[in-house]
Amino acid sequence: MAKQIAIRMEIKIEEHLPMDKIVDKSLKKIPTIEVNDAKVWYGDFMAIKGIDMTIKRNTVTAFIGPSGCGKSTFLRLFNRMNDYVDGFKMEGKIKVNDRNIYKDKVHVEELRKEIGMVFQKPNPFPKSIFENVAYGLKIQGITDKKLIADRVEKALKQADLWEEVKDNLKKSALALSGGQQQRLCIARTLAVEPSIILMDEPTSALDPISTSKIEELIFELKEKYTIVIVTHNMQQASRISDYTAFFYLGELIEYDKTKKIFTNPEKQQTENYITGRFG
Amino acid sequence: MNNLQKNKLIDSAFKTLGILFTLLGIIVLAILLYNIIKVGYTRVNWDFLTSLPSRRASKAGIYTAIIGTLDLMLLTIIFAIPIGVGAGIYLEEYAKKSRFSRLLEINIANLAGVPSIIYGLLGLGIFVRFFGFGGSILSGALTMSLLILPIIIVATRESIKAVSPSLKEASFALGASKWQTIQKVIIPSSFGGILTGIILSLSRAIGETAPLIVVGAMAYVPFVPHSLFDTFSVLPMQIFTWTTRPQEGFAIAAAGAIIILLAITFIMNGIAVYFRNKWQNKLQ
Repeated sequence: MAKQIAIRMEIKIEEHLPMDKIVDKSLKKIPTIEVNDAKVWYGDFMAIKGIDMTIKRNTVTAFIGPSGCGKSTFLRLFNRMNDYVDGFKMEGKIKVNDRNIYKDKVHVEELRKEIGMVFQKPNPFPKSIFENVAYGLKIQGITDKKLIADRVEKALKQADLWEEVKDNLKKSALALSGGQQQRLCIARTLAVEPSIILMDEPTSALDPISTSKIEELIFELKEKYTIVIVTHNMQQASRISDYTAFFYLGELIEYDKTKKIFTNPEKQQTENYITGRFG
Repeated sequence: MNNLQKNKLIDSAFKTLGILFTLLGIIVLAILLYNIIKVGYTRVNWDFLTSLPSRRASKAGIYTAIIGTLDLMLLTIIFAIPIGVGAGIYLEEYAKKSRFSRLLEINIANLAGVPSIIYGLLGLGIFVRFFGFGGSILSGALTMSLLILPIIIVATRESIKAVSPSLKEASFALGASKWQTIQKVIIPSSFGGILTGIILSLSRAIGETAPLIVVGAMAYVPFVPHSLFDTFSVLPMQIFTWTTRPQEGFAIAAAGAIIILLAITFIMNGIAVYFRNKWQNKLQ
């Protein structure tokens, strides 16, 4: 079994090479997320110590770094999910699609329709498969049944789940396997038609087969979406991302094309981390 | 005797003792039930349920007391549930964690332990006298609502706390507002627990006598309440009055009324358990 997976992954890497081509193409496009000197505090603790970053449209950007380095906190700045944390305080500017999202006038709900999020542990609602995917549409006040059904089908197809669930849409989402649940959560996010998808360790709770399915999915989604993914898995970062950012103790140590980071990093700290010498 | 044998002996001794203690409560309840049923079963029939109270024990029924109890419970539900569940949701989801909110929390937990007679006096002061509702069913229901509010608030909060934060995050991340998340994710997920809390609090209210005596529930009401401002009687009140009478016939009638009261309480608890199980199964 393990061998099969290993072979499968190798093939995948070859299929998607050369990396440079993809990256070069995306370089010409306009950026989607621009971060300017972002600082975050939780109470007295400074979690993010002034980070500048530009994330380009239709690319996959991986955030790596040891636990507690601030990469998840940084990711959650983009859709303002940190707002609910007690003692959260933020300084700096974050522009998403040319709009400063930490200005008071921004509606958080509107922002989150533009930026979807997939979490570490699959978290489907205790509702039917259909209701899970339709949730984001229904809260927008969409009542047209046909439109909802179409969007649900489209999202499930995009998430490669349609064939497995099309006869059981009324079944509880909790009856699905972990991998299917995570693809359902991706479908749920896609149904809202965001332009950016944030993924916070989306495969860390999944087995290798489900993981490779999600990775393939990420590759397909890149065509239409900008994807930012936090991962603890170095191989995953090197397999699926165009750009990689290495965080350490609340600082952005290095941010470059993935190929460069994994073959010839500028900083010693980055090299130590990706070669497994610490972290 | 070596150490191992000694430990085994202590183990089994404690087990036996534990079984005895557990059975003690059940046995006492069983004896009580047996005695009550033995005395009262002759009176439990349709006539008993539909007759008005009377000075003659053999003719006395509990019609007004049953209707009074049901009316009182209905009004209490109308007053207490929206306020209690609303307060629970506010404290858990909206209230900022501050010294004031913590003080509020501690006070609500304390209120759940305040003796019911104190609530009776409060009701007498506020509803009966200040608002001038008199010894009416309205005063009774408002007093009962105050009594069970803390229980409903605490149960609501505990049920909401048990909802996984990851579900809330998922809802927010899809662009839902706080209220949409509460309405579509949090309440459906915690409904079983909230409902159980409500029904258990009502089972408590249904058996309360002390606060209603203070507020002015009548022992003898020859009619069913027609408006919010009518006087009323309830089952525990009726039982209390009958047990103070010297005639044997009233003791039998009291036993019959106790059977009915216990039956109502058991049915309510049964409904609570049924809904809780049903909801838990649905979520799995």
